[in-house]
Amino acid sequence: MFYRENGQFKSSYAADQQLLPILQDRVFMIALVAFAFVVVPLVVSDYLFLSLLIPFLILALAAIGLNLVVGYCGQISIGHAAFMAVGAYAAYNFVLRVPQLNFLVVLVLAGLVAAAVGMLFGIPSLRIKGLYLAVATLGAQFFMDWVFARVKWFTNYSHSGSVQTAPVELFGWSIDSPQEKYVFLLAVLILFTVIARNLVRGHIGRAWMAMRDMDVAAEVIGIRPVYAKLSAFAVSSFYVGVAGALWGFVHLGSWEPAAFNLTLSLNLLFMIIIGGMGSILGSFFGAAFIVMLPIVLNQLPTLLGIPMSTAMISHLEFMIFGALIVFFLIVEPHGLARLWAIGKEKLRLWPFPH
Amino acid sequence: MKAKLKPAVLAAALAVSAIVAAVGSTSAVAQAKEQFFPVLSYRTGAYAPNGIPFANGFVDYLKLVNARDGGINGVKITWEECETGYATDRGVECYERLKGKGPTGATLFHPLSTGITFAVTDKSFVDKIPIITGGYGRADSVDGTVFGWNFPLGGTYWDAADILVQHVGKINGGVDKLKGKKIALVYHDSPYGKEPIALLEERAKMHGYQLLLLPVTHPGVEQKATWLQIRQQRPDYVFLWGWGVMNSTSLKEAVATGYPRNQMYGVWWSGAEPDVVPAGDGAKGYHALVFLAPAGQGAVHKDILRHVHDKGQGTGKKEEVGEVLYNRGMTFAMMSVEAVKRAQVRYGKKPLKGEEVRWGLENMALDAGAIKRLGFEGFMTPISTSCVDHAGGRSARLHTWDGRKWAVQPGMYEADQSIIKPMIRASAEKYAAEKKIVKRDCAKESQQ
Repeated sequence: MFYRENGQFKSSYAADQQLLPILQDRVFMIALVAFAFVVVPLVVSDYLFLSLLIPFLILALAAIGLNLVVGYCGQISIGHAAFMAVGAYAAYNFVLRVPQLNFLVVLVLAGLVAAAVGMLFGIPSLRIKGLYLAVATLGAQFFMDWVFARVKWFTNYSHSGSVQTAPVELFGWSIDSPQEKYVFLLAVLILFTVIARNLVRGHIGRAWMAMRDMDVAAEVIGIRPVYAKLSAFAVSSFYVGVAGALWGFVHLGSWEPAAFNLTLSLNLLFMIIIGGMGSILGSFFGAAFIVMLPIVLNQLPTLLGIPMSTAMISHLEFMIFGALIVFFLIVEPHGLARLWAIGKEKLRLWPFPH
Repeated sequence: MKAKLKPAVLAAALAVSAIVAAVGSTSAVAQAKEQFFPVLSYRTGAYAPNGIPFANGFVDYLKLVNARDGGINGVKITWEECETGYATDRGVECYERLKGKGPTGATLFHPLSTGITFAVTDKSFVDKIPIITGGYGRADSVDGTVFGWNFPLGGTYWDAADILVQHVGKINGGVDKLKGKKIALVYHDSPYGKEPIALLEERAKMHGYQLLLLPVTHPGVEQKATWLQIRQQRPDYVFLWGWGVMNSTSLKEAVATGYPRNQMYGVWWSGAEPDVVPAGDGAKGYHALVFLAPAGQGAVHKDILRHVHDKGQGTGKKEEVGEVLYNRGMTFAMMSVEAVKRAQVRYGKKPLKGEEVRWGLENMALDAGAIKRLGFEGFMTPISTSCVDHAGGRSARLHTWDGRKWAVQPGMYEADQSIIKPMIRASAEKYAAEKKIVKRDCAKESQQ
């Protein structure tokens, strides 16, 4: 009834090619962004910002990055936390050694360094596929863990291998309160989301998807596999590298190599599997699911007033979280994004489904 | 099928979002005469065997103060536990969750993990809540002028490493006799395990011993490669810097490798019952440092048994009372309560803010008399803090596992400050520069 595009005629190419062709979607998206920018900072508590929203925003960015290479280009990677680490340590070293750089420049440089490293570790994808590639990318994870734990130069010879950063400053604006961090991250995330959306529907994204669906056929129609695969790795690592730098500078403030360990890589992969492979929206759903659900589950018994030991709550949290992952994957193997799409389909017919 | 499932999914999504909203809105408690102590604990995961007795000791002492004394000068103690699982991200989440609870917010935090300490140290400057890291955390946080909110009460890893070197030096007839010896550090590959390296390297330069660094990755159940290296290199001493299951695994590997256990020295986090009992007889002869309280029972334990456990209020098992980590948790709780008591002298007998408690922590003087009055005789070394010195004490003994219990060895060691002080200063300066921290002027503050 409300969600129907009847009467919305497209009379120009621009109208046909816009990101959100349906008016209702546009209105909804503008309202959502306005809500996120204006209302959320006013009403949400610091706790929610620091433990839920800020990690969610950064990991959503990382999940988009991973989705580009895994979901769109079909190259499985379980080493993406390593590229986050590259981004974080690159940013740390840029800030340390060239202090006059603007943080936005640092972010881009960190992303570029991560992209270079990502391309290097993407080279095996030219020869091997599927699970074999996954194992090869695992090498990136262990190698980077090793590098940042052992090569002291990267951590500025700190005793314990952990590094600290000062609060981020942009044009005299010191980003240190939870609200400021949130607004800054939200802006970065929206910018990168728009870029990603445009990338995947342009010729680059189409090349990636052709490569994912059938590499031989893609090659026959003139897509160069070297270029397509390595560009996917580069763009993906760039995203993840930026996310890593934000994770270190804005969220953690001080970190050790273990902050970017295999668990984080796997979590990123779970995010896109649960959220939806090959879907930008799915990256958001997946990040929300993985970041927020455990914390919510952990506080549920206390909120409901059920007396329970903290150990019991933790065990329950693991069990319910695991069960929910299985549940969602059975209900919709294509992820939460697919559920969302089905919901939209249904809404078009509502209230008179045929 | 899909059509039927969708409402269920939608309802679930709605419920989740409602809960998310509820999680954030922690209602402000009415101004009660209560002092809130957050308890970050880990009763699950790889480090649970060590985390549980510690948390039980900590909470039991808080219960004792409430039951026996009616709180701290009439101010009731309240607390809430939060499970960190020794994971840094969850620890930070717990910190955020608990920092605003109670009428005056969190009194102070015991992060109970060096990783969490590093992460929350940043936040302490904004939140103005003291972070107590007795026997762990950053070694340079002794410097109160830079680390205004960190309190490594009783000593740091640099002190611990220093004492161990002094001890093996003494065995050999003087530290200068260590020339040409080999010391292996088997450490947990995390900030915790890496902290002592700087000091051991400094001492190696002075005395000419060779230092082998052997990292063990979390959680430490796989140490075959490490001990193969020890078999090849045959170090004269092994310093063990492990936590949780890593410690007992090390001891078992030492048995398998045939490395003499009496040449192994653990830091104070590698010297409790859960570390040696799983290794069985193999652990016999292994030494470790004692942090403040050795195993055993004293006057305060009698009180805990009478006021807490006999009334069925015990947090854990009764047999646990008097274990090494139980006692340590209890001692930490005592120091926290004493800090509040000290701060009450200045700010009045009411619930205090973290900022006010810091004054108590910086002006704490627990001498032998006070320790005896508290029933901690034999379970505490004197501590006297100041604005500049946030550790307040840096001495420790050793104890040896005799197969059934930890036997305390005679002789108290004091860490050599002529080596450590310059290192602390250099490291704290570096931290202040990186974080752009304005140093405190302690002389000026004391006049106020």
